[in-house]
Amino acid sequence: MKHLVSVADLNREAAIAILDTSLEMSEVNDRDIKKLPTLRGKTVVNLFFEDSTRTRISFEVAAKRLSADVINFAAKGSSVSKGESLKDTAQTLEAIGADAVVIRHHASGAAHMLANSGWVKGSVINAGDGTHEHPTQALLDAFTLRNAIHKDARGKGLDGVSVAIVGDIAHSRVARSNLVLLKKLGAKVYLVGPPTLLPNALIKQADGFSFSLDEAIATFELDAVMMLRVQLERMTAGFFPSEREYARIWGLNADRLAMLGPETFVMHPGPMNRGLEIDAASADSKNSLVLQQVANGVSVRMAVLYHLLSGGENE
Amino acid sequence: MSEFTLVNVTLADGSVTNVGVADGVIKFIGTEIVGESIDSKGLMALPGFVDLHTHLREPGFEQSETVLSGSRAAALGGFTAVHAMANTMPVADTAGVVEQIKSLGDEAGLLEVQPIGAVTVGLGGERLAELGAMANSRAKVTIFSDDGKCVSDPLLMRRALAYVKSFDGVIAQHAQEPRLTENSQMHEGSVSAELGLAGWPAVAEESIIARDVLLAEATGSRLHICHLSTAGSVEIIRWAKQRGIKVTAEVTPHHLLLTDELARTYDPVYKVNPPLRTDADVKALREALVDGTIDIVATDHAPHPVEAKECEWSAAAFGMLGLETAASIAQLVLIDSGASNWQRFSEVMSVNPAGISRLENQGQALAVGNVANITVINPTASRVISGGGASKSSNQPYEGIELPGAIIHTIFRGAFSVRDSKLAK
Repeated sequence: MKHLVSVADLNREAAIAILDTSLEMSEVNDRDIKKLPTLRGKTVVNLFFEDSTRTRISFEVAAKRLSADVINFAAKGSSVSKGESLKDTAQTLEAIGADAVVIRHHASGAAHMLANSGWVKGSVINAGDGTHEHPTQALLDAFTLRNAIHKDARGKGLDGVSVAIVGDIAHSRVARSNLVLLKKLGAKVYLVGPPTLLPNALIKQADGFSFSLDEAIATFELDAVMMLRVQLERMTAGFFPSEREYARIWGLNADRLAMLGPETFVMHPGPMNRGLEIDAASADSKNSLVLQQVANGVSVRMAVLYHLLSGGENE
Repeated sequence: MSEFTLVNVTLADGSVTNVGVADGVIKFIGTEIVGESIDSKGLMALPGFVDLHTHLREPGFEQSETVLSGSRAAALGGFTAVHAMANTMPVADTAGVVEQIKSLGDEAGLLEVQPIGAVTVGLGGERLAELGAMANSRAKVTIFSDDGKCVSDPLLMRRALAYVKSFDGVIAQHAQEPRLTENSQMHEGSVSAELGLAGWPAVAEESIIARDVLLAEATGSRLHICHLSTAGSVEIIRWAKQRGIKVTAEVTPHHLLLTDELARTYDPVYKVNPPLRTDADVKALREALVDGTIDIVATDHAPHPVEAKECEWSAAAFGMLGLETAASIAQLVLIDSGASNWQRFSEVMSVNPAGISRLENQGQALAVGNVANITVINPTASRVISGGGASKSSNQPYEGIELPGAIIHTIFRGAFSVRDSKLAK
């Protein structure tokens, strides 16, 4: 495997291999000295055309714990904002010898373009492209859920686990990546949200859907609910009338948490709009995996860098 | 003036004959020979092709194309007339600009360059441009279009349709409801949902066409619909024609051949407006071209410089080249498929577009006394498409695809603009 642009690049075995490596990496992250020499002498560039402090820091820590040299290239405020093209930026990074480029871009397909253009020789890791994909987020979500469900998770998938993804499916790269990856791992995936934000084409790929969160909870016997962040500009664009109405119908709250029962996990890719798609009681409940998701991000990204850059076992 | 005879050339009806040209007109059709004999066995002579939708980019965007480079590409594609779209800089919205474009075409001298005038000032969609002045200018504009933008204001569209009646003009509508297509990147469907690219729904085209055929009925005016792209649009045009509404419709070669599946490459060479649609749409468009619901093939030749396409999809420009591949795709769809015949081919590539534009010496049958605008093709040849041809740009979407047919000679007013598949000057 050279690049990680889409979860479609991974088959079930490759995905499980990354999750298993992530498990080993998380053991490193529990040590006093959280460092491996694996990627010494390698250069990883974080190329961020869009602000995302959380994802950028997660990749940065992951690369540093593997002893790689890390360069952060925030394209905002750089020559890119003066009209430099993706191609020129990529070729600059190539000239300084990047072994891997972690790219976050507002345009769907930007990572695909970079990986297939011939502009860079190194590996390309998609850290979120427009409304297309966010494969490392899906891997860390799967990793978190797998750890929560299996006592010894090594080698296992998510067979038979049922997960609802709730919210703005249409504009969510997290939803697209999760839908494909969770299904590859054997999970049943349900999509829930307002009809304006649920594209038919994605519904067809899912195991079921509902326009009502209450109905989904009553029908699907969920092992996990994954709440998506609501962008407020969707409201002004008429996808739903108001924050209050959204929270009433599709928000996770104490009542719905009780309906879900104590065995159902609550997930959110962050950052959360508390009181909109998720209330404090749900976000901070015993069932919530939100903090583990953040912590596991580093382990999973270490595993991805390891597999792409050190000639991991599934080469 | 040169004199020559195409010897043993096949006509659209299948007959084999000699066609003699002298003094810029067809002197005879029969067995005689005049001037140079040009062996044309196995070749077909058809009325010179007429493109109703060409972006020549001059004035203003000469890095993409000029009237001269576009004329060369068009001649190589078998065209003896093209219609230059109005979205230049400055916009072709005054008599001065359309006359300038006409002059540039005459200077190039490879074919007839007929300007299209803008409907509204600066394509702004707010005030009518001086349509009468353009119609009465030396350019004699008959077609008006804001192509690239839709005349979305229903009142303005109604007024424009009514106004051009005084000089038998026609409004060529780029049917795209702007609110339904904000930031749209590709056809809205299963592929766009998977790729996370904002969709351009079929209804955004169909709703404007439905509105405009009714306005055309109410005003009794001529309406032309640019680049039809959906099966639903075909249904509306079919209905309108049955009602006797004076509407004509065009389809581009790329909408007859390519689908939205190509967007999976994220290669912006496939980014075009209206977008590539689905297999079902392609099938409906092909049927409509055969049965007469769609009147013409028009290229929507849209050159762009490399940097406008060598970037992420959403930052890239819309549009693709078409002049040098149009006839091959029309042949593929009408002839090689077995669905139709060369007479229909001539209608959609020449006779009908010339008729919509009221061009006097174009789109005429090969008959004695007519101006010799003739395209000679080899229908049994085939070629693998590579590079941009004579265009200044190279954004063609057919790289590596094998297409049937080859343009051998293009004869414009009795002189070769293309001879043996090479520019004659």
